[in-house]
Amino acid sequence: MKRAKWDAKFKACRERDIDFSTVSGLPVRPLYTPADIAGFEHDRDLGYPGEFPYVRGVQTSMYRGRLWTMRQFSGFGTAGDTNRRYKYLLKHGQTGLSVAFDFPTLYGRDSDDPFARGEVGKCGVAIDSLQDMETLFSSIPLDKISTSMTINPPAAMLLAMYIAVGEKQKLPAHILTGTIQNDMLKEYQAQKTWIYPPEPSLKIIADILEYCAERVPRWNTISISGYHIREAGSTAVQELAFTLKNGFTYVERGISAGLPVDKFAPRLSFFFNAHLDFFEEIAKYRAARRIWAHTMRDKYGAQDPRSYLMRFHTQTAGCTLTAQQPENNIVRTAYQALSAVLGGTQSLHTNSMDESYALPTEKAVKIALRTQQLLAYETGVPNTIDPMAGSYYVEALTNELEREAYKYFEKIDKMGGVIPAIEKGYFQKEISRSAYSYQVALERQRKHHVGVNIFTEDEKPAIETLKIPPAVEKVQIAKLRRLRRERNNQRVKEKLRLLRKAAKDGENLMPRILDCVRAYATLGEMCSTLKEEYGVYREPIIF
Amino acid sequence: MERKIRVLVGKPGLDGHDRGAKVVAAALRDAGMEVIYTGLHQTCESIVDAAIQEDVQVVGLSILSGAHMTILPRILKLLKTRKAGDMIVIGGGIIPADDAKKLEKMGVRRLFGPGTPTVEIVDWIRANAGKVGKSGKVGKSGKVPRHQTVKKKKATAVARWRKKK
Repeated sequence: MKRAKWDAKFKACRERDIDFSTVSGLPVRPLYTPADIAGFEHDRDLGYPGEFPYVRGVQTSMYRGRLWTMRQFSGFGTAGDTNRRYKYLLKHGQTGLSVAFDFPTLYGRDSDDPFARGEVGKCGVAIDSLQDMETLFSSIPLDKISTSMTINPPAAMLLAMYIAVGEKQKLPAHILTGTIQNDMLKEYQAQKTWIYPPEPSLKIIADILEYCAERVPRWNTISISGYHIREAGSTAVQELAFTLKNGFTYVERGISAGLPVDKFAPRLSFFFNAHLDFFEEIAKYRAARRIWAHTMRDKYGAQDPRSYLMRFHTQTAGCTLTAQQPENNIVRTAYQALSAVLGGTQSLHTNSMDESYALPTEKAVKIALRTQQLLAYETGVPNTIDPMAGSYYVEALTNELEREAYKYFEKIDKMGGVIPAIEKGYFQKEISRSAYSYQVALERQRKHHVGVNIFTEDEKPAIETLKIPPAVEKVQIAKLRRLRRERNNQRVKEKLRLLRKAAKDGENLMPRILDCVRAYATLGEMCSTLKEEYGVYREPIIF
Repeated sequence: MERKIRVLVGKPGLDGHDRGAKVVAAALRDAGMEVIYTGLHQTCESIVDAAIQEDVQVVGLSILSGAHMTILPRILKLLKTRKAGDMIVIGGGIIPADDAKKLEKMGVRRLFGPGTPTVEIVDWIRANAGKVGKSGKVGKSGKVPRHQTVKKKKATAVARWRKKK
């Protein structure tokens, strides 16, 4: 049968909807054929696994060699509470750690800061000083595990604390493995955790790149994150384009700080969202690898393949979890996890069903972890490499996402780059516009969310949630005050003075921060010292 | 002439999740209300100051950080001390059901959980705050430089969504 004949027959059929588009609004045709990927050449456009441009994956053997790392983002209460949760997760087969900090820690404030009231230990673990970090990793040997830390403005301090915990375990920094998020650009755009203005923030990031290249060579220095951009409401195209553009901006900063690109780029990693639209997500990961490979090699002159192969972590989309019929979240998350694995992720976090109410209970987080284990050990999905390749739809969608991303790059370049665009509120506007459009689409029944605008029920779900005891704040503050009484305050003062001086003189801050940490200076003390030198950021208010 | 309903949308505390607050702010604006959005990282005091200075009928607070049991009661108390206890306080975010019950007892008029259609919030506000303003009291607007009052624009996001199709 010829295409024209099929088209005519199809036209005579009644479709069940007037609008077929991805969750991001890209139109979806009823059928994809070789005509949709005209000129497609496997070796050139996809490459073999572990080969340029890495569309089929960044390792030669992918999951045939080793499964992805199952890494559940976790943290609550005091360091002791979280240490117990880590041991629970490790006991149940988790293969990496991922630290969630509470809001005061994320903003570089101590637990007794007036702004911290009510927030201590609530949506993550409270860390005020090296003392808490020692408790957090108590009896967890840092040479046996890799640790990811979602921390941005105070990333340098938390990395220094991790190095110092390593020293206490008699482990040199060069064997430590893990990741700090340290992606400030997406903070101004989407996640909104900031302290200093963009320029000093990028200077600190360049310091970390330089320091780690020499001293902590196995550490992932920036986890360039689209996750939060997507959670804030962006489309898949925007997530892809903004994240990669941020990545290129860091590369440019590293180069202009005098570092050869191959010295630091191999330690850059990425972090993406696994959202609702199954094929769109798979196409997004594949497009991301191709764009990164081409641009790093051809524009920034990287020669070491590790500089241009894109490794990434994925988390299923928190914003898609529903408070209604929360058990459905288990299934929703499973589909999202499958898209991440078919997209070739290096590590994965699966959300728990109760997270639209609170941080997860042990039971909920175990089901989330088991969801990954089912995928890994029962479904057969990881048994062949990149089974989606050659799908007319997936390849066409990959090409389309790639084209759309390049259009955004051009627009951002015309604005003078990422920082001027942040200052103009460009990303913020784009993201909140998409978020609102999606909400409107839901309310007009153009898009569906089960339990929310379709198949709804009246009953209130009875679901057990994790409670953070209010005593946590008191206990944490008492511990902090005891530390301030008992440590050598003269030494702390001196180290903070030297930190301030290094900031003023434009020196690399990392060695000074490490000295402060070893003297048990608190996170708040270090960050306020730098605030005095760098000032604070104020957002343009847009909605 | 009946004045427009004035709503302050606030983000108290350190919580940076502003997607919901902005979506609600835009929806209320498109429904014809005057919306004052505080921006992020506001103290309870600065939110109450802004609410009084902007003479709003409704204070809508968005909290996803788990700090709701500290922040919401504090704002209620501050409003009372400042003789603005008649302002309607509503909220939204990640709030477990038993906390929500306690907060509603304390005086938070309504908590809108995840997945609430914005229409429901608009209708609720109209039903509960729609009558205010006939006393001839006029709002003092635009006195706080950190806050932005946004009037309804001609090309709304809704229209843009349609155009894209």
